[in-house]
Amino acid sequence: MLLIHCPYCEETLPEAEFAYAGEAHIARPADPSTLSDEEWRDFLFIRTNARGTHFERWRHIHGCGRFFNAARDTVSDRFLTTYKAGKARPDLSAVKEAAE
Amino acid sequence: MSRYRITGRGRVDHGATVSFTFDGKTYQGLRGDTVASALLANGVHLMGRSFKYHRPRGVVTAGSEEPNALIGTTRGPGRFEPNTRATVQELRKGLVTESQNKWPRLSFDLGAINDRAYMLFSAGFYYKTFMWPKSFWDKVYEPFIRNAAGLGKSPTEVDPDRYASRNLHTDLLIVGGGAAGIAAALVAARSGARVVLVDENPEMGGALLSDPAVKIEGQGAWAWLDDKLSELRALGVRLMTRTTAIGYYHQNFVALCERLTDHLDTPPANAPRERMWHVRANQVVLAQGALEKPLVYDGNDRPGVMLAGAAQTYLNRYGVRVGDNVAVLTSHDSAYHAAFDLADAGSRIAAVIDTRRDIRTDLLDAAKQRGIEVLRGHSATGTKGRLRIKSVRVNPVQGDKVGASREISCDALLMSGGWTPSLHLFSHTKGSLSWDADSNTFLPDRKTEACHIAGAGRGLWGYAAVLEDGVKAGLAAVEALSRTAQPRDLPVENDRPGTGVSHTELPTDRSPGKAKAFVDYQNDVTAKDLRLAVREGMRSIEHVKRYTTNGMATDQGKMSNINGLMIAADALAKQPPQVGLTTFRPPYTPTSFGAFAGYLRGETFQLTRKTPIDPWAEAHGAVFEPVAQWRRAWYFPKAGEDMHAAVARECRATRASAGIFDASTLGKIEVAGPDAVEFMNRMYTNPWTRLAAGRCRYGLLLGEDGFIRDDGVIGRLSDDLFHVTTTTGGAARVLNMMEDYLQTEWPDLNVWLTSTTEQWATVALNGPNARKVLEPLVEGLDLSDDRFPHMSVAECTVAGLPARLFRLSFTGELGFEINVPARHGLKLWEALMESGRAHDICPYGTETMHVLRAEKGYIIVGQDTDGTVTPQDAGLTWAIGQKKPDFVGKRSLSRPDIVGKGRKQLVGLLTEDGSQLEEGAQIVLDPHQSLPMKMVGHVTSSYASATLGHPIAMAVIEGGHDRMGEVVHVPMPDGVRRARVTSTVFYDPEGARLKA
Repeated sequence: MLLIHCPYCEETLPEAEFAYAGEAHIARPADPSTLSDEEWRDFLFIRTNARGTHFERWRHIHGCGRFFNAARDTVSDRFLTTYKAGKARPDLSAVKEAAE
Repeated sequence: MSRYRITGRGRVDHGATVSFTFDGKTYQGLRGDTVASALLANGVHLMGRSFKYHRPRGVVTAGSEEPNALIGTTRGPGRFEPNTRATVQELRKGLVTESQNKWPRLSFDLGAINDRAYMLFSAGFYYKTFMWPKSFWDKVYEPFIRNAAGLGKSPTEVDPDRYASRNLHTDLLIVGGGAAGIAAALVAARSGARVVLVDENPEMGGALLSDPAVKIEGQGAWAWLDDKLSELRALGVRLMTRTTAIGYYHQNFVALCERLTDHLDTPPANAPRERMWHVRANQVVLAQGALEKPLVYDGNDRPGVMLAGAAQTYLNRYGVRVGDNVAVLTSHDSAYHAAFDLADAGSRIAAVIDTRRDIRTDLLDAAKQRGIEVLRGHSATGTKGRLRIKSVRVNPVQGDKVGASREISCDALLMSGGWTPSLHLFSHTKGSLSWDADSNTFLPDRKTEACHIAGAGRGLWGYAAVLEDGVKAGLAAVEALSRTAQPRDLPVENDRPGTGVSHTELPTDRSPGKAKAFVDYQNDVTAKDLRLAVREGMRSIEHVKRYTTNGMATDQGKMSNINGLMIAADALAKQPPQVGLTTFRPPYTPTSFGAFAGYLRGETFQLTRKTPIDPWAEAHGAVFEPVAQWRRAWYFPKAGEDMHAAVARECRATRASAGIFDASTLGKIEVAGPDAVEFMNRMYTNPWTRLAAGRCRYGLLLGEDGFIRDDGVIGRLSDDLFHVTTTTGGAARVLNMMEDYLQTEWPDLNVWLTSTTEQWATVALNGPNARKVLEPLVEGLDLSDDRFPHMSVAECTVAGLPARLFRLSFTGELGFEINVPARHGLKLWEALMESGRAHDICPYGTETMHVLRAEKGYIIVGQDTDGTVTPQDAGLTWAIGQKKPDFVGKRSLSRPDIVGKGRKQLVGLLTEDGSQLEEGAQIVLDPHQSLPMKMVGHVTSSYASATLGHPIAMAVIEGGHDRMGEVVHVPMPDGVRRARVTSTVFYDPEGARLKA
């Protein structure tokens, strides 16, 4: 079972308290009606499916209830870092160096 | 006592006899025996039949890796367990055991015909033998496979035992209580770290228990063990025996299964049988040791053939000689010590047959001293003896030449093909392995977890090397814990170091095609099978494994993987690392389902949510059904009524006068705040801006893909407060979706979301007399149609209770939904029942609710929709706020595939013969078309309607809205039904009754 750091609670807690919530940094378009069918399709369905670092959303559903973002390695399943919703993607080179 | 038991020897209690039965015969063993050691002490080697060929088999190991000696054990009624390893099951009074895979008996088994028909069962036989003729499948092949499949008999009763589970957090977990593990624990415990040391055996010590002659720190091995274990205990180390580390998961999460009562004569009442420990350790030391490999040659599976290390364990730990006249076949130095110990204990050593030419002189000298003949550079090429080995055939080998054979009589044949480091747990962590060409083994390489591997588990041999390595691992763990520890010197005398070589099949002068040289004993896979798999095109070890089933039995290839790999690599003319090793997966040893389930079984498997009105329903004979996690009243049968009769009566009573229904399970969410209306406009399809306070509206929720996710009536209590209801099953999903949008897409909106599902009890009151029932109980509100029309909401007092009162209907009748604080739900219900007595008020359940709503064509999300249904498909276009610039899913409603023709649309169906359709039945346009027919839709809802006097149904059908009046066909097993497409509203289409 993974341990996940909630950036709101500032605690590292068991995976069972959290729920996965899909890929991160896919903002809903401000005015969907201006999008072409192809653009809207991409927003709805096209995802990165990364092998390696993946930016994704989690919710501390059995805790504070907040959605937050994480960078996780899909090969090792390891969390590289977590950060609050709305924050930009972190610089991972620093994170990776710290991990090694 | 039998002549195979040496009085006073071993760690068993020679003063405590324990009797048990095996296949109906009573035997005597000693306290401390396993079933295997006790049977061997009685001269019994034959303990089972093999799975495929039903060959007689004896015990080959003395540990949890045992592939052959699988027995059924009985611990009383309902407590039968198949496939217990006789080498692990400790003896206890009155233990009843039986052998497996035999009929009529172990010594004479008719299934052994398979052994003669072995050509039929070669590698991949499942894919070949049972292919043709096709007509044989049902009558011949499948019954045969079903009869033969499975190892042992499954228990048939519910397991009456209790199983526990616990969490444990520690600084250091050490897996394996042998020399390396104990050395690591000694170092770490003295640093002040919290240490847990686990071992799957009944006592700590590992190989030291089988090597009492070794001396450590000047003490005999066993005295040293006693000393050090006391020291560890005194330092607060948690020592856990009979505890198997079954799986190693992320971030040093290790699952341990502790066996608590199977070894006890009389387990304490209510004691759990097993306990699953969920351990989170800062550091882990894996000191799991190594497993001995068999050698591969014709007849290497006869009872009496066993691993040399096992024989040494039976002798030194249990005081049992495995034979009087023992031959030893080896490619590793370690087997010499088994031979010497047995010779010193009085067995004759028929010969030591070594595949190697160069042998350490001290070993040769020690053999000579004991008068043991050593045959150097020899191969074994066959064995004789049906139920017990009688002789082994050996030949000298010089280069490629196999010389003349010689028969050596024996009643036991010990073998050693070297040792395989146990890397199972390390592999669970995706740690990588590297091939060590010198030792022909895989060794741990790159680590992914905070773990340290020590001792024989990383290829070391001899106690001095292993102890030193254990100390090193302990120090490394301590350092990682930011503590300090002193290194420790653990000098060893009488050490037993050794090396060896690895082989594929041993060379033979006979036809290799006829050899039954087993690699995987439990699944009866021979060397020939592996070579056949390669010839037939298998290249990856994963394919070879699955084609031959090598390593797929309950022992998970503990003994067979490396031999299998060596042979497959040889057949492929590749190096073993190029062929690769199959992946080890948890659990390390077979683990009972009970241990995994723990407390989560029966009533505690999943919680049952009950409404405040549930006790009334139960007292009044309701039949219940599960809906999501709720238990809901399904119908209320009167004496002599079946479901059909009860539901018909409940429907008629509601439409005639008044029905009462517990709707407390409806999901409820309060949407509050200055931006509540904007939030509702964005979430739901409907327009909310102009909905006045005190009014309510049917709300429809889509996903961004445009498909219906949920629905429910939503009341506006004030400008900034909405009372949202959701479907019973959708409450948590809808709240999650709302929170997601609010937190991440529109954090600027000033809105607060609160789940109030369990705060309100909700009672639905329906029927032409509903107002008459309710009115006398209401204070502060005029219920007349003018003042409180259909789709109104108000706060008032009902039966003296603060209430949120809705006028709405899910039945088509005049209807109210009364919400009161949950703790008053039962009081409200009883007040309404009392008030309704004059109007023959009828309690109804979920089935009647379904019928009444279907008569009106009201959909149930998840029944009439399936995640691919749009509002247009469901005929709910009227619920869309067309003028709103945006809402969740709006853009998708103009996607090409959603505006295109031929979508499945929701319609009503009436059968021409008046029969009732089955929900889920498929619909076709032309019943005479050839198979497979084109299916254009399916029935989503179907009920007998007492109100209408005939059955009704709803269905989704391609282009259904354009097919009104057309006849479609529903093929059923008893014939094709004709049904006419209609509107979904079957009753009161004008809605006059709603507005009464």
